[in-house]
Amino acid sequence: MQYKSQAVAKPYFIAAIGLFVGQILFGLILGLQYVLGDFLFPAIPFNVARMVHTNLLIVWLLFGFMGGAYYMIPEESETELFSPKLALALFWIFLVAGALTIVGYLAVPYATLAELTGNNLLETMGREFLEQPLPTKLGIVVVALAFLFNITMTVLKGKKTSISIVLLLGLWGLAVFFLFSFYNPVNVVLDKFFWWWTVHLWVEGVWELILGSFLAFVLIKTTGVDREVIEKWLYVIVTLTLITGIIGTGHHYFWIGTPEYWQWWGSIFSALEPIPFFAMTVFAFNMVNRRRREHPNKAAVLWALGTGVMAFLGAGVWGFLHTLAPVNYYTHGTQITAAHGHMAFYGAYAMVNLMMISYAMPILRGRAANGNKSQVLEMWSFWLMTVAMVFITLFLTAAGILQVWLQRVSDTPLPFMVAQEKIQLFYWMREWAGVAFLIGLILYIASFFAGGDEKEAA
Amino acid sequence: MSGAFTKSMARNIFYGGTVFFFLLFLALSFDTHSQLPKRDMRQNITPQIAEGKKLWEVNNCIGCHTLMGEGAYFAPELGNVVVRYGDEGVKAFIQSRPKDGIPGRRSMPQFNFTDEQLNAIVAFLKHVNSINDANWPPNDQG
Ligand code: HEM
Ligand code: HEM
Ligand SMILES: [Fe+2]
Repeated sequence: MQYKSQAVAKPYFIAAIGLFVGQILFGLILGLQYVLGDFLFPAIPFNVARMVHTNLLIVWLLFGFMGGAYYMIPEESETELFSPKLALALFWIFLVAGALTIVGYLAVPYATLAELTGNNLLETMGREFLEQPLPTKLGIVVVALAFLFNITMTVLKGKKTSISIVLLLGLWGLAVFFLFSFYNPVNVVLDKFFWWWTVHLWVEGVWELILGSFLAFVLIKTTGVDREVIEKWLYVIVTLTLITGIIGTGHHYFWIGTPEYWQWWGSIFSALEPIPFFAMTVFAFNMVNRRRREHPNKAAVLWALGTGVMAFLGAGVWGFLHTLAPVNYYTHGTQITAAHGHMAFYGAYAMVNLMMISYAMPILRGRAANGNKSQVLEMWSFWLMTVAMVFITLFLTAAGILQVWLQRVSDTPLPFMVAQEKIQLFYWMREWAGVAFLIGLILYIASFFAGGDEKEAA
Repeated sequence: MSGAFTKSMARNIFYGGTVFFFLLFLALSFDTHSQLPKRDMRQNITPQIAEGKKLWEVNNCIGCHTLMGEGAYFAPELGNVVVRYGDEGVKAFIQSRPKDGIPGRRSMPQFNFTDEQLNAIVAFLKHVNSINDANWPPNDQG
């Protein structure tokens, strides 16, 4: 590793992987509850398990983003991190706050948790993905600001590359749009309107800047292609992202009480959102084909190509599938949504973090790349998790099409629960694909401990 | 990309494009806010409805159900549940959930709401049902 302070990234990566395991275990609980309705009831009702599953996802992705930034920024800025001590302190604060929040979800009824944590002072809880108690939300803001301070100062004292600037914009945007999670008016239409300013403007806006920046960094390192070329691509990609994605928010304003013109704005702009994802895939393949060197870390290159392809499939193709208003009228809030949510989150954000970890972790452990045995194992885990996710998505899509048909399109629409019973088979298959995903994840972790011949020191 | 298109041109388009489309988004949002009072029925929001929304939130109903199509997909849409069940039907349903669930079936918790709380929840759900949401859902099954 070039700068000593890059080492603070390591605990972040380890925590990210640990929380990822927790996320998947709760995913499997949810999947079982879909078919064995009273599984773990009333100890862990579905809504509690779901909060744990989605919040762990968000938190591990944030750990990954922070770790990635701590690793990347010193190298890009060509200077030590402004304060490695602060970074380490924030790590523990964030980890403890996150753990306490999860324990809170599991240990007491949600209403009691709300009562205990001061939800009466400022009502922010009980909205999808933003379920965290007020102290946790405030903690996230504090950690985010201190983290931003730390890396912004590092960039300011060092070299300011385009990759760093795009990353900083993405991370600052992440913090700024999170502030809308504190706005929860009694008017439910306004509540929903601004809820999307956090959720949509994250995943289809500023997070894509983080994604693009990480991808560009790893591509420069592994392919040796000229920085000018890579950074030009990066700007083109993030331009496409924001000019489609910001107004693309309108695809969530079709049926929540907002004016009908959003059906036009939302459909047209969000239909263009796949373009930046497509560009990312082309970008990754193009750079790898034009590589000037053979980097020993084959696994990291595989993740880089994989995240391009899977983000395009999950966000681009599966997003487009239901983003036009006349289609969304029927698919809104069904298993189609869940299918898309899974592949998009996995393909774009889980995989880009795994790419960064794959590239950085060996170097943090004192070698340019892992030995052959370890890399082979990691590539197996790549394929297992990715193929499992493809099947999860396909099964949910099948379930979703049937659900829409039985419940919304047919001449004799069935009640929700009756339709659900008829599509159980697909939920069983999704669960088995989930088990395969877990096996892939276990192999992934095993790859860290597989010794074998180690490549040259970093 | 050809040599004539430089990185600094790409950067300028990035900043210009982002600012332009963000401002356009703000303008649309501003216009939406001026139109919302005609659609979101805010004039009908009573303290009881506000209480209902709070109960909806602190019990994390959205963790299983959708509301106007947003939320979880484990249990039925509730934005129009008053159409399916009627006020009394909704209350009776919530009240009659067995504490230990229903063997083998997706089970809803027993929240032990008071009558007053049940009325607030129903008032909130009726309010949501009255919002002009462009005729969604496609039919009463939600
Ligand atoms: C990596 C990027 C993306 C991620 C992580 C993502 C994730 C998600 C998630 C989790 C939801 C469900 C939200 C909820 O629970 O209410 C959702 C909804 C949606 N997404 Fe995406 N998405 C991404 C990109 C896209 C793109 C590019 C498009 C369009 C081309 C798109 C179209 C939609 C639509 C139309 C919905 C609403 C579905 C409904 O009406 O129920 N998404 N997305
Ligand atoms: C073992 C694999 C997994 C299983 C069985 C599983 C199962 C589930 C279930 C049952 C839900 C709730 C759906 C509902 O509301 O009715 C859910 C939600 C969600 N899961 Fe997973 N999950 C798995 C892995 C993942 C992975 C790897 C990711 C992302 C990297 C992910 C991201 C999400 C997201 C974003 C939601 C919210 C979706 C939405 O609101 O549309 N899950 N998951
Ligand atoms: Fe969106």
